Formats: sequence, C-alpha cells, structure tokens
Amino acid sequence: MITLPASINASLVLDIVLLVMLLVVAGAIVRTRSLLAAIILFGVYSMISAIWLVVMDAPDVAFTEAVVGAGISTIVLLGAILLTRGETEKSDWRKLIAPALICAAVGGVLIYAAMGLPDLGDASSPANAHVGRAYLEGTAKDIGVPNMVTAVLASYRGLDTLGETAVIFAAGIGVALMLGFGPRSSLASPPSNLGDRHVTLRVAAKLLIPLIALFALYVQFHGDLGAGGGFQAGVIMAAAITLHALVFGLRETMAAIPSRVARSVASLGVLIYAGVGVVCMINGGGFLDYDYLFPPAVEAQIPGWILGDGSHAPHWGQHAGILLIEIGVLLTVTATMVTVFYGFAGRTVDDARREAKR
Amino acid sequence: MSFFAMHFNYIVVVILLMAGLFLVFSSGNLIKRMIGLAMFQSSAALFFISLGKVSGGTAAIAVAPGSTEARALASQLDPAYVAQVGVEGVVYSNPLPHALILTAIVVGVATLAVGLAIAVRIREAFGSVEAKDIDVLSRVEATQPGPQA
Repeated sequence: MITLPASINASLVLDIVLLVMLLVVAGAIVRTRSLLAAIILFGVYSMISAIWLVVMDAPDVAFTEAVVGAGISTIVLLGAILLTRGETEKSDWRKLIAPALICAAVGGVLIYAAMGLPDLGDASSPANAHVGRAYLEGTAKDIGVPNMVTAVLASYRGLDTLGETAVIFAAGIGVALMLGFGPRSSLASPPSNLGDRHVTLRVAAKLLIPLIALFALYVQFHGDLGAGGGFQAGVIMAAAITLHALVFGLRETMAAIPSRVARSVASLGVLIYAGVGVVCMINGGGFLDYDYLFPPAVEAQIPGWILGDGSHAPHWGQHAGILLIEIGVLLTVTATMVTVFYGFAGRTVDDARREAKR
Repeated sequence: MSFFAMHFNYIVVVILLMAGLFLVFSSGNLIKRMIGLAMFQSSAALFFISLGKVSGGTAAIAVAPGSTEARALASQLDPAYVAQVGVEGVVYSNPLPHALILTAIVVGVATLAVGLAIAVRIREAFGSVEAKDIDVLSRVEATQPGPQA
C-alpha cells in the first residue's frame, strides 16, 4: 500500500482534482468557437468551482456560485447571444501570437511571485492571523450569531455590503435603461413559450417553483445560523421567478410581478438597508451600529430584553439589525435579477432588427 | 512535491487569470470577451478563498463549545498541530475572504449583465458584435454624417 506524505490528505487530493477539472473546462472555453458551447461550459465551470468552494470550507460562497454561475449568468448570457449571433469568427492564428506571448510572460512572472506566498492552509499566514482571527474570536462576544461569514458580511463590514447592494441596484437600473423594462406593448409578438408544447415541463415546474421559493426563504432566515443569507436567497428566488417565465411565458410572469413592482422593490431593498443605518444614528450610535437599533424606551417594552440583574440581553440589536438588512439585500438582489431578466427576455429579436433598421 | 502541492492552487489561479485575459485580448467577439472577463474575475475569487483556507479547518459556522459535534471535530485534529496553531477546540477557516467573495460574485453577475446589455445595443446599432466590424462601421459613420437616431 502506498502511504502518502502527512501533508497530503484527502481534502488536498480533492482540491487538486477539482482544480485540474477547472483547468480542462477553462481550456475548452478558450478553444471553442461556438458561443453556445462556451456558455454551457461556463455553467459547468461554475458548478465545479462551487464544489471546490465546499472543499475549501466556504459553503456560503458555494451556494452563491452554484445559483449565480449555473443559473442566472447562464440565462443572461443565453439571452445575449439570442439577440446577437451564435458563433465567433475564425481568427487568424498570426494575430493570436502577441496576446499569447503577453499572457505567457505575465503568467510566468505571477507564478514566480506566487511561489513566495504562504502554503495552502497556513494558519499563521498574514491573511489568517490578524484581522481574520480577530473576527473569528470576536463574533461570539460582539455579534452573537453562529455563522461568522454573516457576522462579517452584515455587521462588521456592513458598510461594504451596503455599497455592494447599491452597485447591484445600479447595475439593474443600467440594464433596464439600455434594454427596456420588458416587452413593449406596441410591438406585441405572439407569446412563444416552452410550456405550450411540453406538459411534463409545465407540471414539473409547477411542483418545483414553490419548493425553490420556500428554499430561498429558508436560506434567507437561516442565514445567521448556517450557510445562507440575503444574497444567496435573492438569487435563488430570482431563479424561481426566471424558471416561471421560461416555462409559462414572460407575459404570465409579468402579469404576476410587473416590471414597475420589480423596480420599486429593488430600490426599497437599498432603502431598508440604509434606513437601518440611519435609525442607528438617530438612536445615538454610528451608521449601521446595530447595538443602537432600538431606542431605550422601546427596549424596556420588549419582554426578555432587561435581564433579572438589570443588564441588557446581549445581541438583540445585532440580531434584529442583521435580519432587517438581510431582508433589504434579498429584496434588492431578487428584484434586480428579475429586472435584468425582463430586460433581456423582453427585447425580442424583432425589436433588435427593427432598431437596427432605424 | 509537497511544496508544489501546497502552491498548486496559486498556479491554477494564475493560469485561469491568463486564460481569461487571453480571451479578452484575442477574441473579437464581445460576448466571448465578457466570458473571458467573468473567468478573470472568478480566478480572483479562487485566489481569495485559497488564502483563507486553514488546514484542518471547517466552515466558519460556530459549533457550540463542549458539544458532541465540537468534540468530534476537535478529535480529528493532530494535537501537535493544534498546539502549533494555538487555538482551542475547533479550527475554523477565515470568514473574511468568504464574505468579500460572496458579495463580489453577485455584483459580478450584475455587472456582466450590464456589459452584455451594451453588447446587445452595439449589435442593434452596428449589426455585429465583432470588434473589427464595429471598428470599420464606426469609421464609416464618422466620415459621413448619418441621420441622428
């Protein structure tokens, strides 16, 4: 029997195998000329990296990567090639020499530099020893939620996350302004959807959509206890709505969730997030300092808030603050992804041709 | 061999980074370029997560100290390693890169959508998403003043 060195364990073997698979898929993406193949391969790439993220102890990120990479971004890319063209032109190999040389040179320098980085899994590396360790040790005392990723995301670095939420909102508005808010009523094209022809799809989708939405809510409200949170729940919820639109037709979905509602909800989410921060300031704390979320007069009314010895029950403000901002994130992410989907799906090929002729 | 295994993640990150960059440089098709950019971004995510990994660690979700799960997790670790790391009980991976990358992935898909929307509008304006066609057409348009849309 072959005995492996002590430093090589099962998770390292998994890590290397998955990364080699990623390299193979990436190579195939670079080589293929068919855009459709490249997009499907990119979905595969995302799935493999999601599995790899679980091996790397990052289930929260794996969740996000799986839903975003294999779901939302694939659909957006497919929508884009539907409106453009499906194949890249064959390029002259002589034109590839210069980019290949530049990439090889830069890659060589970076690999040389990477050899100076700490070993994989080094607990005393600068990245893990200072601020990372401080968050690990402080979460139980400062925030009081078991999931430390949520603690960092929503509380310690809540301001960063507010910025990211605002960027997502801005991107959604940008897409809507460029591609429109869904199909134009004057250019009504006959609704063509998969559901008309495929009964199996329709029945399966009817069963799946409520379950996906329920799962999104579980991920949302379980986010401070286990892996999950507003970002993951938002993309899962958007995937459920997108699935409905793909199977039952865009018009059916837009009757249930009009574009106007999606836009308003996207801005409402950012407003809730920033509003929580402002309430904390009004009550005497810093921006997004959840310990000051409730004014003292309200605190006295909450049963169980004041303990027997007159001290505060710890972390109630933190729990409530994280819950509220995660709801804001959920609303913004879901509504933005839905708005983006409406933009791509609502702009039919006819629209594109008409616009091109103009 | 061990040194190579311990730095393998970084090598893969660099290769993926360069593959993304090569797609952006070499491909004339705007959609393919966006896929290249997405790959470029994803390799940055791999890099951050690799840096945050701690040997023998588990996901950064606190296990109640003294519980059966905590004891089971702690018993898997080599005592010499635990003493060297200087932690008590369960070892967790670094949550900070996870929080950063989690939001970056969702922001990434939103910005990807913006890029693709621009590509769709370019296709409507020029009838192509190939960089060389757009180049030619925009030059033609610049020399002869066309009707304003």
